[in-house]
Amino acid sequence: MMNERTIRRAIPLFSSKASAGFPSPADDHLESRLDVTEYLIDQADATFFAMVTGDSMRDAGLLENDIVVVDRSKKPVISNIIIAIIDGEFTIKSLGQSKSGRPILIPANPDYPIIEIKDETDFQVWGVVTGSFRRFR
Amino acid sequence: MRNIALVDVNNFYVSCERVFNPHLINKPVVVLSNNDGCAVARSNEVKKLGIGMGAPWFKFKELANQHGIVALSSNYALYADMSNRVMSILREFSPHQEVYSIDESFLDVTGFQSLNLVEYAQSMRARILQWTGLPVCVGIGSTKTLAKLANYCAKKIERFNGVCNFNSMQEEELHKLFECIPVSEVWGIGRKMAPQLEALGFNHVRALQRSDPKMMRNKFSVTMEKTIRELNGTMCIELEERHRTKQQIVSSRSFGIPVRDFSSLSESVTLYVSRAAVKLRQQASFAGSIYVYIRTSPFNEKDPFYSNGLTIPIPSPTDDTKQLVRLALWALRKIYKAGYNYQKAGVMLSELVPREGIQTSLFSDSTLLDQSGNLMMVMDSINKKMGKGSLKLASEGFRKPWKMRQENKSPCYTTNWQDLIKLESISPRNQVTKDGYLRMKNSHLPKLSSAEQAAPRLHPGIPVIARNRITSTDC
Ligand SMILES: [Mg+2]
Repeated sequence: MMNERTIRRAIPLFSSKASAGFPSPADDHLESRLDVTEYLIDQADATFFAMVTGDSMRDAGLLENDIVVVDRSKKPVISNIIIAIIDGEFTIKSLGQSKSGRPILIPANPDYPIIEIKDETDFQVWGVVTGSFRRFR
Repeated sequence: MRNIALVDVNNFYVSCERVFNPHLINKPVVVLSNNDGCAVARSNEVKKLGIGMGAPWFKFKELANQHGIVALSSNYALYADMSNRVMSILREFSPHQEVYSIDESFLDVTGFQSLNLVEYAQSMRARILQWTGLPVCVGIGSTKTLAKLANYCAKKIERFNGVCNFNSMQEEELHKLFECIPVSEVWGIGRKMAPQLEALGFNHVRALQRSDPKMMRNKFSVTMEKTIRELNGTMCIELEERHRTKQQIVSSRSFGIPVRDFSSLSESVTLYVSRAAVKLRQQASFAGSIYVYIRTSPFNEKDPFYSNGLTIPIPSPTDDTKQLVRLALWALRKIYKAGYNYQKAGVMLSELVPREGIQTSLFSDSTLLDQSGNLMMVMDSINKKMGKGSLKLASEGFRKPWKMRQENKSPCYTTNWQDLIKLESISPRNQVTKDGYLRMKNSHLPKLSSAEQAAPRLHPGIPVIARNRITSTDC
């Protein structure tokens, strides 16, 4: 059984209902605690994690050892950060389009070249990157 | 008429590996059983080379060398996670689901018959492929037996394009089709029964379908009668909709009176294991590890406190009470110390995998080990090496005999943070070759051969034994 004290503790500070200022029974304020999984993941069954190595996406805020959230259920759209397979290798880049309409892979670091996908390139979008995270300690 | 679908992942284990290692695509790949003993999954390329299911590795090793077959150790953590994803996605397509094995699920789609069921099934295939990277085939029939058979057709006959719906086909067409399928492909017939049936002149499914079920019951069994009725569209085997299987099974109890001697403790532990094993079998799973713990009362300040537990990985997952009890008692012997008033004992079965995912006949390694006494020998040798309380040592000692037989295990991409896919392969601008073509570095990739080297590096200091900490209370 929940007593009054535990209920109060469970009220999130920034509940929209609370800020609206309408008095209501405490029960109405019972919401689940913020959950980072829920924040990062839309479609759990289609979501995978991968680790960034190298600095080709540095300017997009993706650093070495960052973990990216990859959602395979999302349709890749131009300018999305994607995980692609090129000739059997995984890479992370922004999806772009060349003037001739071909897909190109754009790094977020001027030290790296833009990769144009040629007809003979074995290319596949593995998933769309929807977020990232890292730990400091 | 019912519309039962059977969804089955193509070459499941191999397909899982390919999702995370694109280099394996279009290559001949086999996955070997737990101790790298025999082939438990084969890519189509390998099937074409004539390597049978369950073929012992030492027998086709040379052929493998010749054709560049990639042989992988089984990675059940990966397969189980991918299986859960597939099953969960399928649940969205029908609330009536029976998870039949690690890579097969029956779905009752009768409620969706206003839709074009072939299209509906194609959308299942597309979604599973898109979301998980796994290819599946769908068979639809009016009974489970027919759905199974339809799935076989979906897999084998190209024109079906991965979906075969018997219910939308003309009877004549179906009969023709059935005349081309050997009886051994019928669910529940199998390779043992097939020769007997063929000897009686039932050379194909159509012949079996036309046979008199009552007569066949007398000649064979009730099961045979049911099979024949099911082939004729009468549902005899209902969908078994199960709740999701538990990932751990705990059985423990506090003793009313403190227990001091080993034999009483072992009796209790035997009982708990037996109970847990019953639950295990009820949910059609095999346990991949067993944890045993004992402790004195933490509240009795007069008596000295002692608490210890030990996890034992089971090399060949099992649901066999005898085997589980043996392992549990071995663990108990390791952690038991005389002179304490024990107040509680418990066991936990974990790393559960669906029974059907594991084919008992192929996984007989453990039985062999038992028969030769190897398992006990291994255990006893550790016994000698083990200092008191040194779980880590024990784990390493215990694992060693099998480690060499897990040579080519891929990383646990979806269940271990250390094993994630590594991204970044594009060389900086100055590394572009003269012809303007980018050569990819691939040294960082989760390559097969690097798996064994990577494993110890990636898991420093995590002992395999004692990995599970009991957090749940009595059940
Ligand atoms: Mg299969």
